[in-house]
Amino acid sequence: MILLSGAEMVIQSLIDLKIQKIFGYPGGAILDIYDAFKTLQCKKIQHILVRHEQAAVHMADGYARATGKIGVVLVTSGPGATNSITGIATAYMDSIPLLIISGQVASNLIGSDAFQECDMIGISRPIVKHSFLIKKTIDIPNILKKSILLATTGRPGPIVIDLPKDILNQKIKKKYYFSKKNDIKKYFYLKKISYTKIKNIIKILIKAKKPIIYAGGGIIHSNSYKELYKLATILNIPVTLTLMSLGAFPGNHPQNLSMIGMHGTYSANMAMHNSDVILAIGTRFDDRTTNNIEKYCPYAKIIHIDIDPTSISKTIHADIHIIGDAKKILKKILKIIYLKKYHIDKKKIKKWWKSINTWKNKKNIILSKSENIIKPQKIIKELYLLTKGKAYIASDVGQHQMFTALYYKFHKPRHWINSGGLGTMGFGLPAALGIKLAFPEHLVICITGDGSIQMNIQELSTAKQYNLPILIINLNNQSLGMVKQWQDLIYNGRHSHSYMKSLPNFIKLSQSYGHIGILLKKKKDIQNTLKKSLEIVKKGSLVFLDVHIDPLEHIYPMQIKNGGMNDMIFCK
Amino acid sequence: MQHVLLIILENEAGALSRVIGLFSQRGYNIEKLTVIPTHTKLLSNITIYTSGNLNIIQQIKKQLKKLINVIKVTQIKYSDYIKQEILLIKILIKNEIIKKKITKILNKYNGEIIHIRNNIYIIKFSDTISKIQKIFYKIKKKIKILKYINSAIFEI
Ligand SMILES: Cc1ncc(C[n+]2csc(CCOP(=O)(O)OP(=O)(O)O)c2C)c(N)n1
Repeated sequence: MILLSGAEMVIQSLIDLKIQKIFGYPGGAILDIYDAFKTLQCKKIQHILVRHEQAAVHMADGYARATGKIGVVLVTSGPGATNSITGIATAYMDSIPLLIISGQVASNLIGSDAFQECDMIGISRPIVKHSFLIKKTIDIPNILKKSILLATTGRPGPIVIDLPKDILNQKIKKKYYFSKKNDIKKYFYLKKISYTKIKNIIKILIKAKKPIIYAGGGIIHSNSYKELYKLATILNIPVTLTLMSLGAFPGNHPQNLSMIGMHGTYSANMAMHNSDVILAIGTRFDDRTTNNIEKYCPYAKIIHIDIDPTSISKTIHADIHIIGDAKKILKKILKIIYLKKYHIDKKKIKKWWKSINTWKNKKNIILSKSENIIKPQKIIKELYLLTKGKAYIASDVGQHQMFTALYYKFHKPRHWINSGGLGTMGFGLPAALGIKLAFPEHLVICITGDGSIQMNIQELSTAKQYNLPILIINLNNQSLGMVKQWQDLIYNGRHSHSYMKSLPNFIKLSQSYGHIGILLKKKKDIQNTLKKSLEIVKKGSLVFLDVHIDPLEHIYPMQIKNGGMNDMIFCK
Repeated sequence: MQHVLLIILENEAGALSRVIGLFSQRGYNIEKLTVIPTHTKLLSNITIYTSGNLNIIQQIKKQLKKLINVIKVTQIKYSDYIKQEILLIKILIKNEIIKKKITKILNKYNGEIIHIRNNIYIIKFSDTISKIQKIFYKIKKKIKILKYINSAIFEI
């Protein structure tokens, strides 16, 4: 058994728990931990020094979303901890597994309003899956282990560990060891999947005349894309995805109706509204996907599969539900379909497909022809073609996010990384850097807006330090586009504080951070400039592409507030 | 409608605030709350009185069960539990007539005098919820009550 200081135990435990990256920022309360990187001569973990703690959390978040592994963050007490809060809330809303290790003032000073003291456990309580204040040095390894287990299993989520400075002391060595026993058994207790329920579900699906699969982010968390694909194709059922699950079903597959909800496609929302059976998997019927719940899908029987019991019948009543891991449940459904040799008549829903295809082919949105000005839709479509739907795309929040969700067809899961639940501007750039750190060989693109990018633009410096060649596409409409759109639609076009005067020269700005800045203004240059930018990125430089787009463009379709799923508008 | 939830909670720092936070952050009101450590001291028994429609209560129960520190959540059916409430009343006893009346009530309902100073009496009753209510109104009818407090309800 080896002897280590508390600080060294933090690092050694993370090494032993197979953590490879830590995103952090130092400060008084955690200087011992930073010292431990040196005293342990730690090579197995790469520490990434960010420029703002919020960005550290988003970076770890992007890393976690792309890899499916936990993201680890290290911040100091007080302002370091409070800066991380937006990032934690973002991850919490989208069920992302994170471990946030925050420093705390020494135990004897807690509660005395000491320098850089804040009650991190209290502040973060409503936005974490669980949190720990560690009181004894020897508890460090086990609590870290337990935290990682908690963060990554069940419905994933962020865990905060608060570490008082005195238990980290580099001069005091204690025995380092993991206990074998697991004292959170209750947590792993899951009911057996009911065989009769599964059989019942299969029968309903086979009998349905207008079935639809509504698949959420849970498909991604549980890695059950293959099972989803099999089930959907065997039964010939259309699939609609949420903002969080784009990529969970191939974007170019004829059964894919793409995104549902507020800015969802016409075919997806119409099909949902008119369906007679909805198989909802790993989704929480978020208000952005249901519109007015009183008018929600009036003809449908709802089958709901989710790992979180609190998601069942929370907003929309489920007629049948199964609580559990989507992968296991889908596997079981497939197995029983296979074993029982159900007779599946794909033609039976021919009429349903006919209606769906009419919706699909209806051209509701007509882009105004413009000679020179760039339409955001156009550039995203072009990007999709050039990258064949295979790039990792991180987005910020606003119109550009919705344009990307609608016009980039994601072929693979975990390639569309965005803040869905909290809608955090400033998420895109750090998240993209987190993805690039996870997959240095892959193409990573950050799609952002002139508002969002300025919320974490300082991370261009981190990108330089760690040489992270990503492509940033700034859809620059010189305004807070999404806010302006709402003001156009709801406030009679009164644009109150939704435009930005004095935007920086993004080209020079990125150059001063040591990157390459390119301006794109003309429609005819789209393809060439995109190609050129992608090539430079491939050669190892970060490119900041500032695209001046039509400032008047709105994102459509859009559901009418308080309407049903089928109430949509398509133009101003 | 009022509901009673019995929660067994790990007795850890911050655990109680997680439970309470669940209610407050969703705008649910807690009407009464008792926390009693079990004999092992590792766990606490918590009783919470809350109200809301059945849907809300179902949601609260599920949310509670999700908390890592919560071992068990049960919704109490009235008939299955023995419940007791304690009532403390402060009164001024000016004369013998009043004193007689009070003594009668004390005898009838097993009440006791726990403190006397300058004709100010503090008396105590412990009984079922409905009985306590009855006692309270009986006293109120006969004499001015200076102050009173009733405990949360203890179940077993
Ligand atoms: C941190 C934060 N503050 C405010 C908002 C509200 N909000 C949502 S979209 C938006 C405008 C985004 O503007 P921009 O990044 O330029 O993107 P665009 O809509 O123009 O594409 C704002 C202010 C938010 N989502 N996040």
